[in-house]
Amino acid sequence: MKKTLLIGLPISLALLAMGFYQAMYVAPTEATMGNIQRIFYYHFPSAIMALLFPYVNFAASLVFLATRRSNPLRAQAADALALASAEMTLIFCSIGLATGMLWARPVWGIWWTWDERLTSFLMLWLIYVSYLLLRRFTAGGQTQTLAAVLSVFAAIDVPIVYMSIRWWRTQHPSPVIGGGPNSGLDPSMWPAVWWNLAGWFVWGVMLVILRYKLERKRQWTEQESALQALEASLETAR
Amino acid sequence: MTYVRIVWAHLAKDLRLEWRSKDAINGMLFFSLLVVVLFSFAFDPTMAVSRQISGGILWVALLFASVTALNQTWTRELRHQVLDAQRMAPSPASALFLSKVLANFLFVSMIQIVLGPLFIVFYNLRAIGQGWLMLLVLPLGTLALVVNGTFFAALSLRTRNREMLLPLILFPVSVPALLAMVQSTTAILTGESDPGLWIRMLGGYDVIFLTLCLLLFETILGAE
Repeated sequence: MKKTLLIGLPISLALLAMGFYQAMYVAPTEATMGNIQRIFYYHFPSAIMALLFPYVNFAASLVFLATRRSNPLRAQAADALALASAEMTLIFCSIGLATGMLWARPVWGIWWTWDERLTSFLMLWLIYVSYLLLRRFTAGGQTQTLAAVLSVFAAIDVPIVYMSIRWWRTQHPSPVIGGGPNSGLDPSMWPAVWWNLAGWFVWGVMLVILRYKLERKRQWTEQESALQALEASLETAR
Repeated sequence: MTYVRIVWAHLAKDLRLEWRSKDAINGMLFFSLLVVVLFSFAFDPTMAVSRQISGGILWVALLFASVTALNQTWTRELRHQVLDAQRMAPSPASALFLSKVLANFLFVSMIQIVLGPLFIVFYNLRAIGQGWLMLLVLPLGTLALVVNGTFFAALSLRTRNREMLLPLILFPVSVPALLAMVQSTTAILTGESDPGLWIRMLGGYDVIFLTLCLLLFETILGAE
């Protein structure tokens, strides 16, 4: 864990400092929104990270379900990764929602609107809250299996949510990346986006690794104490 | 043939139990009736407004009511270690799940048969769109509710405060289904838009999640 911190912390802090400098001082002020648009450099990376880590969670859950009988050791590692990435999803999702609201208030004049991307993002948040609640409410070995199953449900549900809300209504601006003409960013804004994206990515990955290692330690301690209890019972039986 | 017979055996047992106790149906019926009355007090709707909102009220009432019954559906298997016996039985686990879904589907449908006329009376409803489409929306919506509901009830069966956990994990996953049910019902009642897209979506949702639940149920049942 120390090694992760020693490598990850300086890199991510340096990248984030550079990102802050780019976003606050180098990037030009947006023509219509003014300085408030600078929150975009934090909103966008958080949203991207919140869309990235659910895939890690889903993949790790699938590995867990596939290997929980044949290779329990690998399954345990996969479950630790699933837990770590689920918590990271929730954090980035919360930041994305909060910064989005702060941005929407001055620009749209409202804190919240039930539009396609906002609502599906909120649903993602809700589903991962319920995922972590399930993990908290269950005990013993079944936690991991049940959570992995719920993760599969989440992965299938989120695209359906997105499509259904898309048919329902929409207000969020069309995609900045790969959107239609006139939807792109000014080229001078790109460095700030990239630096922040890189910085938050390294930061997120570092936290996932730390959380993963913490969970592995917890699993190890749990197995160790179970083993000791087993040995003690063998002693008394003899 | 054997699969069908296993499903039927489970289903007949559940129906007989329900016929003798009438726990689920009575509870659900009175609960959803109360929700309907409470919403009527809370909004005090005029005829035009009630046409707009009653689709939402109907489905939210059914969602809440079905949660009360779904919580009971597996608990009864816990007594005398029946569930452990089910787990050891050589019959496919998905047959057990399917029969529970069918039983819950029948119970909730019965609620709708009673609740539907009451709704029309209390909210002065008259469908402006094609009213017969409700015969499609109601079963599809009910299936969407009970498939995931039965699955998540089994999932939260051996957890602490399971009564609490079921709605917490069921509602977020059911959001698209609820949206489709409410939108199609409102479209039928007001006649302002075409419910076709939402009905198709509801059908797709049913197929996807029924398949997923049947595939994953054995994992849930065997989770230790």
